[in-house]
Amino acid sequence: MSEKLMMSTGNKAVAAAVKMAKPTVVAAYPITPQTEVIETIADYVGSGAMDARYIPVESEHSAMTACIGASITGVRVFTATSSHGLLYMHEMLHWAAGARLPIVMGQVNRTLAPGWNIWAEHSDALSQRDTGWLQVYVSTVQEAYDATLMAFKIAEDNRVLLPVMINMDGFLLSHIMQPFEMTEPGDFIPPLNLPQKIDVNDPKGYGAMSPADIHFTFRYDMEKAMKNARTVIAETEAEFAKRFGRSYAPVEEYLCDDADVVIVAMGTLGKEAEVAADLLRKEGIKAGVMRVRWLRPFPLDMKVEGKELVVIDRDYSFGFGGVIAGEIQARYPGAKIARVIAGLGGQEVTYEDMAELVRTRKIGTEFWFGIPKEEQ
Amino acid sequence: MTEIPKEEMLLKCPSTCAGCGSLLALRYILKAAGKDTVLVIPACCNSVIQGVYPYMLHTVPVYNIAFAAAAACASGMSEAFRAVGKTTNVIVYAGDGGTADIGIQALSGALERGEDFLYICYDNEAYGNTGMQRSGATPLGAITTTTPNGKTVNKKDLDRIIEAHNLPYQATACASYPADIYNKVKKALSIPGPKFIHILAPCPPGWRTPSEKTVEIGKMAVKSGIWVLWEKEYDKFTISAPSRAAMKKPAPVIDYLKAQGRFRKVDEATAARIQAQVDKNLKKVAAEAAYSEENA
Repeated sequence: MSEKLMMSTGNKAVAAAVKMAKPTVVAAYPITPQTEVIETIADYVGSGAMDARYIPVESEHSAMTACIGASITGVRVFTATSSHGLLYMHEMLHWAAGARLPIVMGQVNRTLAPGWNIWAEHSDALSQRDTGWLQVYVSTVQEAYDATLMAFKIAEDNRVLLPVMINMDGFLLSHIMQPFEMTEPGDFIPPLNLPQKIDVNDPKGYGAMSPADIHFTFRYDMEKAMKNARTVIAETEAEFAKRFGRSYAPVEEYLCDDADVVIVAMGTLGKEAEVAADLLRKEGIKAGVMRVRWLRPFPLDMKVEGKELVVIDRDYSFGFGGVIAGEIQARYPGAKIARVIAGLGGQEVTYEDMAELVRTRKIGTEFWFGIPKEEQ
Repeated sequence: MTEIPKEEMLLKCPSTCAGCGSLLALRYILKAAGKDTVLVIPACCNSVIQGVYPYMLHTVPVYNIAFAAAAACASGMSEAFRAVGKTTNVIVYAGDGGTADIGIQALSGALERGEDFLYICYDNEAYGNTGMQRSGATPLGAITTTTPNGKTVNKKDLDRIIEAHNLPYQATACASYPADIYNKVKKALSIPGPKFIHILAPCPPGWRTPSEKTVEIGKMAVKSGIWVLWEKEYDKFTISAPSRAAMKKPAPVIDYLKAQGRFRKVDEATAARIQAQVDKNLKKVAAEAAYSEENA
């Protein structure tokens, strides 16, 4: 076993990556199932293993705000949250992105109340998809670590300067132990050079009233940065692969080249789907998997032509449908999609369940997994 | 005598209403703070007063932030500056709504954590920027657009709430007393940790007073004792000179009320109730100062 190979939860892997990235300020508030991330960081700071200021704020709204206040001085910052905490930050998520601050956040996906439920669901992060944050969804402890390291480099790239949210499934990944390689990033993440940082010798006003014509260009600039982010993500993931030997793509494909039917999902479901594809292939069904990693910026080169898609949404937009299925249909109008809603509230969805969803798929319909067909 | 620097830290032509108390106070706050200062401003009159991008009013950096967020923003900024060895002053300049109402959670958290910044609340006793709706700091009897018959409950005692955080420095001030403001800001910024100054800022359109009477109205508040100037440095509580003088023979509160259109619906019973509250508070303040002196 390599010296660097560790057993760790997803939470601790994110904390370890943050330690490697050496932020100057971390501001955070506890919430299950994220708390282990910030406890681990608080412990690093307390023991002197990490040279950072840890601000134990009184709310998530203040966590994000303190990150904004620190970031604008030109230092690297980090926070972590989940579920209701993310929603409580909502106003400041828009502020962070609008102010073009490269804040990095660990986000553990958890169901929203009522009723109280701490298990995995993607509704929390998907309800923040229009805030201007980059969003990546990970599926293993190693990927959580690697994506966190890359998040700092991508966010701080002056072609991007937008905040990045690393999403991982509550408990299914945040609390699962897996072996991972705690790679030393070396100079992979260059020093932060924030062009708009506060300088008392060159005083500027930030966020003052902006008339429509100027405000409009600010927002257009954000979309330009999102477009640039596609390039920066590709470059960063390529450099990461070259340096450290692990490669990632915005959409991870598994057995897709000759597939007739493809399961599309995010996070741990997208990983579990690979086992379902193996099972289906043994039955003679040419199945594959597309695991959507980067939701923002949304991938524009999914190879959906000539395939049927079974899109599993661990989320729901009431009065519309599953978010991922809707986004794929919007970007790829010809896509043939069977829409499945599954895993809400931490509902268990096994690879066998996914294989059955593929076998019984009906293109053009929506199916709520677990609700009897006759009731839908 | 207090020597106040001649150099102006505010540029000309702010977009204030005529006779704005908050800008008058800010003029002296910035003279005291100097150039190595960042202002943090949540949603309030001063978000508008500073003008429209790309122009600005201040000669120090200004960071605008969301309504509830000023103290948390200043916390992050101060921690970041200190982490890299900078002693830059971080000063929040917030209205009473952003302080006593929507921003009080972030403020309480920051004060409890002992963050190193100065929080200044300019109190015009209502939501001025949105056109004068009542806030928790609106006094009993005052008409606002959401208390058309006059407020029926008391002004929130913000200073006692802040005092419960045991700050190294806390003070009240009034826009009508610039030297007092200057000295208090100077002292506050010389002390590490969280500092709080609560400034009464007369607001001519909101208080329904002539714009040239701002200074006079503020002085009437102090002379009647409805607003008391004091400071507390650690445990040392001192009544400031203008209030010490006023408390020897306070002017009747009714004169202060009658000078302002916002109190026009105050009846005799309410006026008596306000006077009784003022009398009681002045006794409390005097007792606190005496106790502090005895136990120095």
